[in-house]
Amino acid sequence: MQSTSYTLSELCICAASEAWRGDGEVLATGIGLIPRLAASLAKMTHSPELMMTDGEAYLVSEPVPVGPRGSYKPKIEGSMNYSRVFLNIGIGLRHAMTGPVQIDKYGQTNISFIGDDHKSPKVQLLGARGFPGNTINHTNSMFFPNHNTRCFVRGEVDMVSGVGYNPSKRTKGMNSKFINLGLIISNLAVLDFNGPSNQIQVKSLHPGVDIQEVIENTGFELLHDNFTSTLSPTNEQLSIIRDFLDPHNLREQALPDRIDK
Amino acid sequence: MTKLMSSKEAISQIESGMTIGIGGWGSRRKPMSLIRELLKTDIKDLTIVSYGGPDVGMLCSANKVKKLIFGFVSIETSPLESHFRKARQTGSIEVMELDEGLLQFGLIAAGMRLPFFATRVGLGSDILTLNPEIKTISSPYEDNETLVAMPAIHIDIALIHAHESDALGNTFIYGPDLFIDDKIVRAASKAFVSTEKIIKTEEIDENKSLSNWFERSLVTGVIESTYGAHPTAATPNYGFDKKHLNDYAKATDKVEWEAYFENYISLDHESYITAVGGKDHISSLEAPVF
Repeated sequence: MQSTSYTLSELCICAASEAWRGDGEVLATGIGLIPRLAASLAKMTHSPELMMTDGEAYLVSEPVPVGPRGSYKPKIEGSMNYSRVFLNIGIGLRHAMTGPVQIDKYGQTNISFIGDDHKSPKVQLLGARGFPGNTINHTNSMFFPNHNTRCFVRGEVDMVSGVGYNPSKRTKGMNSKFINLGLIISNLAVLDFNGPSNQIQVKSLHPGVDIQEVIENTGFELLHDNFTSTLSPTNEQLSIIRDFLDPHNLREQALPDRIDK
Repeated sequence: MTKLMSSKEAISQIESGMTIGIGGWGSRRKPMSLIRELLKTDIKDLTIVSYGGPDVGMLCSANKVKKLIFGFVSIETSPLESHFRKARQTGSIEVMELDEGLLQFGLIAAGMRLPFFATRVGLGSDILTLNPEIKTISSPYEDNETLVAMPAIHIDIALIHAHESDALGNTFIYGPDLFIDDKIVRAASKAFVSTEKIIKTEEIDENKSLSNWFERSLVTGVIESTYGAHPTAATPNYGFDKKHLNDYAKATDKVEWEAYFENYISLDHESYITAVGGKDHISSLEAPVF
């Protein structure tokens, strides 16, 4: 049953958990608090076959709650140490949801640096991390806590860390068939890549958000012919999030509430 | 035969201009006592290969780095490494920015004495545009696919931190993750292992052998260094020192960095342990929970 009392973070966690529906027995990796809770919720509801880690090196049969765990002991079912992750990526049995700093109309993402000079960037971020390898090998979704034109940029991202659907980045002879972008979840809407030529389109608007607000806060053209309202969380989902996965309500700091009900 | 030596003896084998590979990952199991020994020298113009944490940040702030080969740098208590960030934003170091997988593949190629490792990783991203020295090849088989030929990353000296070693260089790394320490060691001409504990060869049994990830012939020197990973973690022995890492992260301006250097880095290992709060303090640091 759909609830009428929930926060923006809870709405986003539930919407983001849909990214993994139907993926089968893959490694679900959620980087950052909201994506991790979303992957955990997917495993505890519609997709129990997903594999997950404890956030470090062990595979667990039950998603691990975030924050201080008290007496909770992770239910270890195997190892997913650092080297093995790259073997898993190579065979493509993974779906990651990350929090890039920038995304463009091609779905190219950046977490490396901001600015136009790689020798001396205006702002140095993390570095490309595993984005190039993830995006050429397996499905990737993204979460943006602040939907604005600094994140959803005009033109192209400053550094293509994550590969997208940019035709000018297709080297001759390159195998691009494993590139697959899933959902984009933001604080305003859910987007997907199911438009013509993988164009980004609005899939659903969060309750209380106007389509104009999404358009104004996106630096590139969005398809918006056919969207719905993001589904409210069910009582079952809320109870899993509140009572088990995030008992300390860390989600509220990660994404403060703005839904006015 | 014994490979036991002091930190100073190990670091004395490093020369300016060399390529140094550092084990561990972020703020986990970094050979920090060896790094501190290196920071005290006048060695410079190093090329550093690392899944970077405070090792990279300290080397940057001490002006030891000519070039950094990396996939990320993070101290984990906060995602961004402030010293590395400062070095980048002032344009004071050269970089070869890689995907985390590509970095491993380059090390694997070096460890197998091959010129490159064939992979799709890098295609479609700016890794190839920012690193024109990384070339592509065509598969010689019917598929004719274009692949990245990730060049071997050769290391002159590897520095890693382990849980136990014997005097011959038989090395044991426990805890949940080896990271890429074996690949760093294999890619290196010489490897120096700082270790929480020196054990006797006779103590090694079947059980320990399951945590023996590379052979002793790859090890040049073994350095006893209990708590040698501090302020990074050596799970299961101790976790990382969040407060110390946060204080270090703030010490990016010249005066603060010099004070950090004076208060911690300039000390010998025993005095360092005392200065950061003593053995009991480090032992009590809990493993990070993610």
